[in-house]
Amino acid sequence: MGSKTLYDKLWDAHVVRVDETGTALLYIDRQLIHEVTSPQAFEGLRLAGRQPWRTSANLAVPDHNVPTAQSERASGIADPVARIQVAALGTNCASFGITEFAMGDVRQGIVHVIGPEQGFTLPGSTIVCGDSHTSTHGAFGALAFGIGTSEVEHVLATQCLIQRPSKTMLISVDGELGAGVTAKDIVLAIIGAIGTAGGTGYVIEFGGTAIQALSIEGRMTVCNMTIEAGARAGLIAVDEKTIDYMRGRPLAPTGELFEQAAASWRTLVSDAGATFDRVVHLDAASIAPQVTWGTSPEMVLPIDGQVPDPAAEADPVKAAGIRNALNYMGLTAGQPLAEIAVDKVFIGSCTNSRIEDLRAAAAVAAGRKVSKNIKLALVVPGSGLVKAQAEAEGLDQIFTAAGFEWREPGCSMCLAMNADRLEAGERCASTSNRNFEGRQGQGGRTHLVSPAMAVAAAVTGHFVDVRAL
Amino acid sequence: MEPFQNFSGIVAPLDRANIDTDAIIPKQFLKSIKRSGFGPYLFDEWRYLDHGEPDMDCSQRPLNSEFILNDPRFSAAQILLARENFGCGSSREHAPWALADFGFRVILAPSFADIFFNNCFKNGILPIQLEGALIGVLFEKASGIAPLRISVDLPAQLLTLDDGNQIPFTVDVGSKQRLIEGLDDIGLTLQQADAIREYEARRRIEAPWVFV
Repeated sequence: MGSKTLYDKLWDAHVVRVDETGTALLYIDRQLIHEVTSPQAFEGLRLAGRQPWRTSANLAVPDHNVPTAQSERASGIADPVARIQVAALGTNCASFGITEFAMGDVRQGIVHVIGPEQGFTLPGSTIVCGDSHTSTHGAFGALAFGIGTSEVEHVLATQCLIQRPSKTMLISVDGELGAGVTAKDIVLAIIGAIGTAGGTGYVIEFGGTAIQALSIEGRMTVCNMTIEAGARAGLIAVDEKTIDYMRGRPLAPTGELFEQAAASWRTLVSDAGATFDRVVHLDAASIAPQVTWGTSPEMVLPIDGQVPDPAAEADPVKAAGIRNALNYMGLTAGQPLAEIAVDKVFIGSCTNSRIEDLRAAAAVAAGRKVSKNIKLALVVPGSGLVKAQAEAEGLDQIFTAAGFEWREPGCSMCLAMNADRLEAGERCASTSNRNFEGRQGQGGRTHLVSPAMAVAAAVTGHFVDVRAL
Repeated sequence: MEPFQNFSGIVAPLDRANIDTDAIIPKQFLKSIKRSGFGPYLFDEWRYLDHGEPDMDCSQRPLNSEFILNDPRFSAAQILLARENFGCGSSREHAPWALADFGFRVILAPSFADIFFNNCFKNGILPIQLEGALIGVLFEKASGIAPLRISVDLPAQLLTLDDGNQIPFTVDVGSKQRLIEGLDDIGLTLQQADAIREYEARRRIEAPWVFV
């Protein structure tokens, strides 16, 4: 037996069988389900007269469409189409016997926040969800990736997926991060370095001393945005932080079984001498707080940078991409990022809505006020439990005193399926993961930043280096 | 799924890199609990000048005359020609549903995002990856006054241009078979039910905590 990467170990442990073409039937341990990508899968099951293969392997929660305003939570979802979709999730889960954390349950929240929070996400497992940010769960040394609705149905019916092995990439981030520089800045810098398609066809393992030094929540932020680099799955080796995080989670094993599991989880590292198809090195100390300026996450620069000039780009397709982006974003080449004024601020999403994100944001907001030019500054916790924890720590008071709105958990303005959105031309400092055209509302202009940088933009009214505040 | 038949179709050139699934089908249309009817909203924000909402009558909406699919030459296009990293971003299968509903059956690009690529095969769409320089040539040919027509032969893995030039392409054997036969993936996998049960029995011993 040769040396194995972490990915090899996870893959090998889940292969049911391989056919003569090298295509594998891969066993899926866990499936997370939300309201947007599941109704057609349940309908497919029903039409074919099939039942879930292993009901307890699934956990459902509404998150994309749910309102974050308390008043709309109380009165019921105003949008009739969204209301039907959220209700359909409830009906489908009830009829197939799947556990759902419905709106009003304190455990409700963003699917990628609640999975780890509940201990549903287990190291060493295979986890899927009809959502591309399923890569988040790779922070636990789990093979986790997003799938389409047909595959949601396939997993419901068979507990398996038809897969071919991916190539492997190691991204090693070494050295110490500077003060005020976060996991979000690391992953944005990585996407800037390898490009939004740099990881296509790969599973990326993040390693190096700077990744090891991150908390589990920071690791989730990094793995979450792996998909923004084109890779379906990100991975981080298990260490004692992982084991400690799992201990006592409601759905995690307990007692002797936990110790047995932990012993197995500790083997979830790439062997010394394991080889990767590609290796990329980044120096943590050289990473500054990042801000995206365009309409793809790879269009990112350090806060002291300037909007790039398409005329300086030799590749005509890329130059056209920059021109389109500047036009859509209402920016001019050479403009310093720190001079760009902001209209709205969004702190939330499966990338940055966990308790540590809220603590980091509150630390900058404390004693400051949201600038007068900001029309709306939202803080949307990732789950009801994150919200309760933040309130126990008084973070909500800090935010509201500074002029932020404190909301109920959900995906919210990350993709603007609910009422939280940008109007055409509005510019947002957002802790979410995608700056695509129209992502936060048709004509809206999104700049991706860390929670601390989002608050810095909120209190000054424009992008600014949080380290200089 | 309907079996994939060989056909000859018009090529619509969509000259832009990194087209994401949010652009292919915007979020407001994802509230539908159905699998059909997304075609009129394909590329909604680029195709129309107003803001689209589910259940709108699109025949009454103002069209963006600069958008390629609004050019009458491409209204019946069945082949979409695109640039790098087509289908990146969200895993929404509504993107291939919308493309298929519009009438697209083949997408040609230098590269595709993984999840989108997979989702295409589940919906009778054949995504074909071709070398960047070749895609560049096809963009030139497809942007002429007369639209480019290509014949697609999946069993032979061959594209034939209307000028007689031929382009071979590669496709995963299993995916090809499933497209040609229109096979139901779930039905096929359930033929392996015994192997899945054997795996589970073994795994319950090796990793019992997964099953609590």
